Amino acid sequence: MVDKVIIADKLTKRFGDFTAVDGISFDVSQGEIFGFLGANGAGKTTAMRMLSGLSMPTSGKAMVAGYDVYKENEKIKRNIGYMSQKFSLYEDLTVRENIRFYAGIYGKSNAFIKEKTELVLKQLHLTSEADKLVKSLPLGWKQKLAFSVAIFHEPKLVFLDEPTGGVDPVTRREFWNLIYEAAAEGITVFVTTHYMDEAEYCNRVSIMVDGRIDALDTPAQLKKTFAAQSMDEVFLKLARKAVRGE
Amino acid sequence: MKQFISFVKKEFHHIFRDKRTMIILLAMPVVQIIIFGFALTNEVKNSKIAVWDQSKDEASASLLSQLDASRYFEIVKPVFSTAEMEAEFKKGKIRMAVVIPPKFQEELVHFNKAQVQFIADASDPNVANTLTTYASSVVQDYQSRITGEKKMPYAISTRVRMLYNPELKGAYNFVPGVMAMVLLLVCTMMTAITVVRERETGTMEIMLVSPAKPFRIVIAKAVPYFLLSAVNIASILLLSVYVLDVPVNGSLALLVGESLLFTLVSLALGLFISTKVATQQTALFISLVGLLLPTVMLSGFMFPIENMPPPLQAVSHAVPARWFYNIVRSVMIKGTGLEVVWKDTLILVGMFLFFGGLAIKNFKIRLS
Repeated sequence: MVDKVIIADKLTKRFGDFTAVDGISFDVSQGEIFGFLGANGAGKTTAMRMLSGLSMPTSGKAMVAGYDVYKENEKIKRNIGYMSQKFSLYEDLTVRENIRFYAGIYGKSNAFIKEKTELVLKQLHLTSEADKLVKSLPLGWKQKLAFSVAIFHEPKLVFLDEPTGGVDPVTRREFWNLIYEAAAEGITVFVTTHYMDEAEYCNRVSIMVDGRIDALDTPAQLKKTFAAQSMDEVFLKLARKAVRGE
Repeated sequence: MKQFISFVKKEFHHIFRDKRTMIILLAMPVVQIIIFGFALTNEVKNSKIAVWDQSKDEASASLLSQLDASRYFEIVKPVFSTAEMEAEFKKGKIRMAVVIPPKFQEELVHFNKAQVQFIADASDPNVANTLTTYASSVVQDYQSRITGEKKMPYAISTRVRMLYNPELKGAYNFVPGVMAMVLLLVCTMMTAITVVRERETGTMEIMLVSPAKPFRIVIAKAVPYFLLSAVNIASILLLSVYVLDVPVNGSLALLVGESLLFTLVSLALGLFISTKVATQQTALFISLVGLLLPTVMLSGFMFPIENMPPPLQAVSHAVPARWFYNIVRSVMIKGTGLEVVWKDTLILVGMFLFFGGLAIKNFKIRLS
């Protein structure tokens, strides 16, 4: 049996009268790349915030990395990484200082940090830029660095909230190579995106409409079910039903 | 602990990288003390005055020369009519005029009573007041001198002693004020801004997803500004003592301790503001208008609290600087100890706990 890293069961979040996330149920296996799609306002970010311990669910159950989101969110936090749609490194710190700082938050030992920093720098071809301020790097490199920082502490699961916004196609491709490498090491990747070509790279994809998950399958199966040529078509067919506006 | 250190280190990186801000933070107290000390002084020196001596006798000449000799006055012009005098006032050439009526000496000798008139330009009431007071005291001096010579049997002489500040130096007043202002600016404004900046850039979100405790994040934000403030306290005190000759009459340890306490209050306030506002601009605006203004206006630094209408007096109780200003004046200038300022100290401790508690509580709410 494969380890389930996320198990969500009728997970719901209400803000007053508004049901942002409406009883979603799904599970994600270890090492899987799970695409979490939906139009703006469909409830993706809220769902992700619940799973990452930033926000308390209104009802339903969820286990993340084997821990209960209600009671054990401190343990969850130790086992996940997070990269937000906003670029989240410190521009006025150097590459090395950023890595050090984030690794320090997770309480990693100096020896671990030192060794792994060199490894990451090499992997990103940033060794010669290590002591430059992050603000001098091009956006694509920053984003790749942000991803490496998010998984630096070797979490079981990493949440990526629209990680490739505003990046050119070549860099996006490189970014996805990093995601594959991470998945191959056993890190589960939970990713939201607006780019449908990226949805094709995922092992499985869920599509949220108005707070519910309306479809969940492999990209190939989804295309078959919806008789579509591409994920783009699948998405449009589903998103058209949405009642909520932008 | 290691986590905490990496937080503090990061905050220092932010401060040291932003050289411009750092220089402003460290130079501000120095510049303010110097400006207040040398430019914005409300002491009156070498004020230009005119005299209209209608008597021209020995007594009037001697009185006038005594006026001219004091360091407050400089007789620039004799005048011979009201119109002429008024013209000088209008041109702004003189601040005050001294009128000595005819037969000054005669009346003084025969009736033991003579009059001198001071006419001051009260478009600046404070200066006018100060000048007439100085002039009166010169006349007093003169009077006591001639009474001594003539051995008059009955005379009541008044002696005024200005306690704690015999020379009426302005520095005694503004050093405590500048201290309150600088600490408030550095601590409140800067901490509020740095926390809000992290929220704007999205780095705060990453930290909240991490196992870092919100409490630690908050404290780590405050540590560098606390140390920076300690440097500022030291530079203000050194400048006051060695450049402005304002002594530290009370216990230095107590003074420094109280200043650090006020720093903590300001930090707590800054963190509290940061949990309430969304943008750096709002944080800046609230710190400046909501805090700096009351600090200047309502702490007693510029205007005496006793003269304010009761509603404003009530508001002034909520201004931390009011208590701090009082403490610094008591300890530094009057040389009193904790037995006098314990109440103000307790109020500051209370404010620190109140705002600090609220800040930490609000920080947690954002998580759930």
